[in-house]
Amino acid sequence: MASVCFYFQVHQPFRLRRFSIFDRGTDYFDERGNRALVERIAERCYLPANAVLMELLRRHEGRFRVAFSLTGVILEQFERYAPRVLESFQRLAQTGGVEFLAETYYHSLAFLYSREEFFEQIRLHRARIERLFGQTPTVFRNTELIYNNELARAVAGLGYRVVLCEGADHILGYRSPTYLYTPPRLPDVKLLLKNYRMSDDIAFRFSDRAWSEYPLTADKFAEWIHRINGHGHVVNLFLDYETFGEHQWAETGIFEFLRYLPRAVLRYPEDDFKTPSECARAYEASGEYDVPHMISWADVERDLSAWLGNAMQANALHELYRLEPAIKQAGDEKLLDDWRKLQTSDHFYYMCTKHFADGTVHKYFNPYDTPYDAFINFMNVLDNLRGRLGRAAPQPEDSAARATPAA
Amino acid sequence: MKVFMLGWEFPPFISGGLGTACHGLTRGLDAHGVEVLFVLPRPVEPTHATHVRLITPAALAGQPEDEDEGEELEAGGLFRHVRFHTLPVTLRPYARPEDARAGGRERVTHRGVAAGRQPGSMPQGEGISYSAGPAGPDHYSGDLFARVEHYAMLARRLARRETFDLVHAHDWMTFPAGMAVAAQSGCPLVVHVHSTEFDRSGLHVNQRIYDIERAGMHAATRVICVSHLTRNIVLKHYGVDPRKVDVVYNAIDDDGTAPGPLLPPITRDEKIVLFLGRITMQKGPEYFLAAAKRVLEVMDNVRFVMAGSGDMIRRCIELAAEMGIGHKVLFPGFLRGDDVRRVFELADVYVMPSVSEPFGITPLEALSHDVPVIISKQSGVAEVLTHALKVDFWDVDEMANKIVAVLRHPPLHATLRDHGSFEVRRLSWTDAAANCIKVYQAALARPE
Repeated sequence: MASVCFYFQVHQPFRLRRFSIFDRGTDYFDERGNRALVERIAERCYLPANAVLMELLRRHEGRFRVAFSLTGVILEQFERYAPRVLESFQRLAQTGGVEFLAETYYHSLAFLYSREEFFEQIRLHRARIERLFGQTPTVFRNTELIYNNELARAVAGLGYRVVLCEGADHILGYRSPTYLYTPPRLPDVKLLLKNYRMSDDIAFRFSDRAWSEYPLTADKFAEWIHRINGHGHVVNLFLDYETFGEHQWAETGIFEFLRYLPRAVLRYPEDDFKTPSECARAYEASGEYDVPHMISWADVERDLSAWLGNAMQANALHELYRLEPAIKQAGDEKLLDDWRKLQTSDHFYYMCTKHFADGTVHKYFNPYDTPYDAFINFMNVLDNLRGRLGRAAPQPEDSAARATPAA
Repeated sequence: MKVFMLGWEFPPFISGGLGTACHGLTRGLDAHGVEVLFVLPRPVEPTHATHVRLITPAALAGQPEDEDEGEELEAGGLFRHVRFHTLPVTLRPYARPEDARAGGRERVTHRGVAAGRQPGSMPQGEGISYSAGPAGPDHYSGDLFARVEHYAMLARRLARRETFDLVHAHDWMTFPAGMAVAAQSGCPLVVHVHSTEFDRSGLHVNQRIYDIERAGMHAATRVICVSHLTRNIVLKHYGVDPRKVDVVYNAIDDDGTAPGPLLPPITRDEKIVLFLGRITMQKGPEYFLAAAKRVLEVMDNVRFVMAGSGDMIRRCIELAAEMGIGHKVLFPGFLRGDDVRRVFELADVYVMPSVSEPFGITPLEALSHDVPVIISKQSGVAEVLTHALKVDFWDVDEMANKIVAVLRHPPLHATLRDHGSFEVRRLSWTDAAANCIKVYQAALARPE
């Protein structure tokens, strides 16, 4: 049996507006830009891709299955800017063929800085998924598939028994991501590893005319999937949802590929589609996947360097999380939400100087010309946020002081 | 390959702009084994002031010119394939009190001429009180254009005795000489545009200079521009065939001008923001001051150093006073040698707010001294530097925003510095010379 496990990541950050050191006011986010971008991606990707999936879920009557991880911040933006998209996801949910995964609401790096904040964001996210889709996630994936043994232990403590992560060559060695694994000393937890080769065939190489396998047809891909029979159980295709229509434009034929792939896969009686939790139920773990150091699905390095690779990123993150106790003490919901929206990993990704001179990677939907602009803008916002904290802090004391004589 | 190269400035032991570029390029060509006969106006004398042996133009203005043939100069151990020859003519486009001192940092400009002033007509009092030294007398007289023609005549006479494959002329003052030598020898002419009359003079373009520039570019087999910015001006304002115009970026000496051992960190409360260059309209000094005022609204412990001289220095001093930031802005005059190094070592950030800058070598020097740079988007150097902060020269709020960020956030400073100094090391004159040689080959492949 070879099972195709599709998981699509759906996320867009609340991008910051240009915020100079001379700016006053507390509207940090680029309302107009974010709306325009979400509307554009909705037209090019979310709506047409959801329509294709709906068609597939109906046509294959339960034999086609997919999973989504929708961040809290994209769901907020859908509600605000593109309610039609949210409704189309809800209709997908009603088919019963779609699983929703757990992650941090703010698509943050909180796991690295604050366990308390990390857990709170998972809870916030779960509540929103339950409210919108009537489903409680049981499978966890962390931001950008950032993972180590400790993360598995942390989320197992919250009850998640299935975790997604990158199938990194340097950890797998000769082993294959087509098997399930278990973290060291956590026999109850199963890990699904991204098959980055086959995922990248779709995400990056699909329209690459220089690629020896170009053009990639659904039949060809289904045959590659079928070949793993006897060498594993699952083909974990973990993709950014924007692959369909944005990273690969409609003109490349990516939607036709998606539309035809299930039929091509299901033509082999041994092969099927499963969601992550179904994979975990169907297959036993074949060994241990020991990840003492952080891995992720980013860049060739598969490490944290996209978000924590230079002094600016480390400084920005450190300064941000340093405010946590004061923010939480202030008891100001808007302040807390602004602080959390600043935690979204994209803000730090934009500050990455790796490959900057080559001008290739880290370009998608990046509102800044340079990583330096990203850092300056972020720090100006953070500076302003810190100022609000200063003003907010004395308030409870004042009101208490005024309250005394009245009483 | 042998090149008959015509220049009008070669560095004193430190210089900016054209002289530095000519020196670097010649070093690079020398390294590639290209033979160069570098022809210069005015007697130049070698100086041993630094580890690098350099040639400095004597500033003995007023020395009588006779009809001799000039003289061959000892090139020293620095060059293997380069000879220097000086012609007995002065080419100082206009004289100002501060220019009379030898070895000044700045590059002489033509603005006085362009604005219709006669050479030497500058009021003597201007710029004296704040100069680092006494102003020299201006012995210079005579018509610049006549001297340019005279230089051309002497160059042609010299060329008759020399053999070479190609003529390379730097900026307009040598274009008539370049055209004359090329016509006489039948060799292809390459003209090198380091700046145009539009950069130097804004809207007050001197028609005669423009005509000379245009004639040189049109007569040339190939035109080298120091940036795409300049190339666009050459195409747009001079109507030159785009197929013959190439860009060769300037670079920075890769021979040991690298910073010495870092000084022990100076513990001081004050941050230093540096402007270094001619204080003229082209360099945007008033935008620097306007940004300084904005910075001081949010930070107190900052000083602004405006090093250099120029026809706007008095205006800038007054402006700073009017803005009420006079006590925060220092005008040390123009700096040389170790003083330049020292000011770079003190600086926390270098700002180049140029209104128009064909290239701009100083940011490269700043980076090579580990100083992060904020540069005008209206500069050629912005095309080659990625690890620099870039602003529109007129956007003083954004300039101030970036200055504050560099001063306030050490990690930003460090990241810019580390990546920038690495990046600048890749901009070598040897590579620039290799690109120049490609242009030579193209010029030789297409005989007129």
